[in-house]
Amino acid sequence: MLTEVTQTAIVNYWPLCGVALVILGFVLRLNPVLVVLVAGIGTGLAALMPLSQILSELGEGFLKTRTLPLILLLPLAIIGLAERHGLKQQAQAFIARRKTTSVARFLTLYLAVREGTAALGLTSLGGHPQMVRPLVAPMSEAIAEQRWRDIPAVLQQKVRAMAAATDNIGLFFGEDIFVAFGAIVLMHTFLRESGIETDPLHIALWGIPTALCAFAIHALRLHQFDRQLRQLQHAAVTTASQSDTQAQTDTLSSSSTGVKP
Amino acid sequence: MISLNFLYLLLGLLLLWIALLSLFDRTLPNRFAAAAFWGCYALVFLIGDYLPHSLVGLMVVLMALLAGSGALKASVHTALSPKRLHHSLQRLGSWVFLPPLLIPLLTVFGVLVLGEIKGDGWALLDPKNLTLVSLGLACLISLPVVCVLTREKPQQAGIEAKRLIEAMGWAVLLPQLLATLGLLFNEAGVGTAVAALSETYLAVNERWVAVAAYCIGMALFTVIMGNAFAAFPVITAGIGIPLLVMQQGANPAVMAAIGMFSGYCGTLMTPMAANFNIVPAALLELKDPHLVIKMQLPTALLLLAANIVLLYLLAF
Repeated sequence: MLTEVTQTAIVNYWPLCGVALVILGFVLRLNPVLVVLVAGIGTGLAALMPLSQILSELGEGFLKTRTLPLILLLPLAIIGLAERHGLKQQAQAFIARRKTTSVARFLTLYLAVREGTAALGLTSLGGHPQMVRPLVAPMSEAIAEQRWRDIPAVLQQKVRAMAAATDNIGLFFGEDIFVAFGAIVLMHTFLRESGIETDPLHIALWGIPTALCAFAIHALRLHQFDRQLRQLQHAAVTTASQSDTQAQTDTLSSSSTGVKP
Repeated sequence: MISLNFLYLLLGLLLLWIALLSLFDRTLPNRFAAAAFWGCYALVFLIGDYLPHSLVGLMVVLMALLAGSGALKASVHTALSPKRLHHSLQRLGSWVFLPPLLIPLLTVFGVLVLGEIKGDGWALLDPKNLTLVSLGLACLISLPVVCVLTREKPQQAGIEAKRLIEAMGWAVLLPQLLATLGLLFNEAGVGTAVAALSETYLAVNERWVAVAAYCIGMALFTVIMGNAFAAFPVITAGIGIPLLVMQQGANPAVMAAIGMFSGYCGTLMTPMAANFNIVPAALLELKDPHLVIKMQLPTALLLLAANIVLLYLLAF
């Protein structure tokens, strides 16, 4: 009763404590799981919910959101077993056998496929455990290694991270233009509850301009990333070859000194 | 009809298997804590619908405490000996790609073909969650295929799943917990409070400012929450509806679509979105856990600017 009065008559600002708690925990670099838990309970208390209600809200919410871990966890058994028997090694060999083009072209192609399939509602076609770890990242790495031998560890890590970033961007800005996606359903329901009627199809269609922008922007960045890789690699190769020549002259001089006496 | 409940059963059994493996694994530090964590998670999927919500809530608190306190450790895993791996590489060749590729291919098949097997009031696959259900079936069919190909027992597949899940650690729990927090925020009236604040302090008549405030607000709140789904109700109730729709007369469909995408720009920039930004860094064995975010940052900022322009041009 008290909650109702405070929410309708004067706005209760106390629930904002939850937001503050999340920010505070994040800044203090506490474990995010604990931060979210404390913020949830704190928000409930600030809204004057009894503890039993907070617990049942937590439980109900957790049950409603069970679809989230499904996509992540179900394919792991298959991926794991394939990895045990050389999935990564084969992916690298697969690329090494072919005269492939560049990291940028490969990742742009992957971006197009990922965004296109996500827009068709096939969000589970890609993903980090399913595609990036076993296929996209090793393939990008293999292409980079094929072009430039002895790739520095820093660049190797950047190539992997870029593969993961490309998967994310393709997924995020593709899935929202699919009518049956959860986000569209969420927006439609929320607007209806706020007294605004919209057509889910319109929400999906109005996402297309952003989806196209996302593709263009990231493709351009991949192109730039390739140029950056080339420059860094070029610099690394020059220093490496210099030290190689140095080492060669060293051996030559030592062997010649060895022969003399 | 095959529905999500079937997938919950499948995942629940996998988690129960992991709980049992952890319980009897003497090499695993805190094996009882690990068994309790995976056991609770399994129960949520197996019998969650039949438990009282407050009991599930209590289990969520327990799981969050176990995961958050760092009690979940990775167990010792024995990889294939180099000799056997070499043998497998020789024998399998490119066939090792078949099972992982079978998952998406069978999912497409499920959506396009099995999804059409339906009539009046019945369907083979739940039409509301067609892609997810097809994915589950695809995994179920791919499992015997991978076992036959690699000549391993199904138990080994469970052990490999455990290895990958343990590598993720507490990050497994975070996405779902964040979405739950968003629901709780709404219930507690966080959106109402933001609306009151924005009406008091953001008395903007300038259309540009209102559009930018909504897009940047969505991105910022998503950065904090790690989840655009959680930010959308709060910022749309707080800024979108009162300022853009009521005051400026924006088209709500355009506002919602571009607003959610602005939130996704935020998702690209935050370590709170562990599922997308931190988990892959762990999966890819990156030394810097924030390297994926660093690679995404320029794309996210450019796209957020593009979104502000698009919303201004398209919504009015």
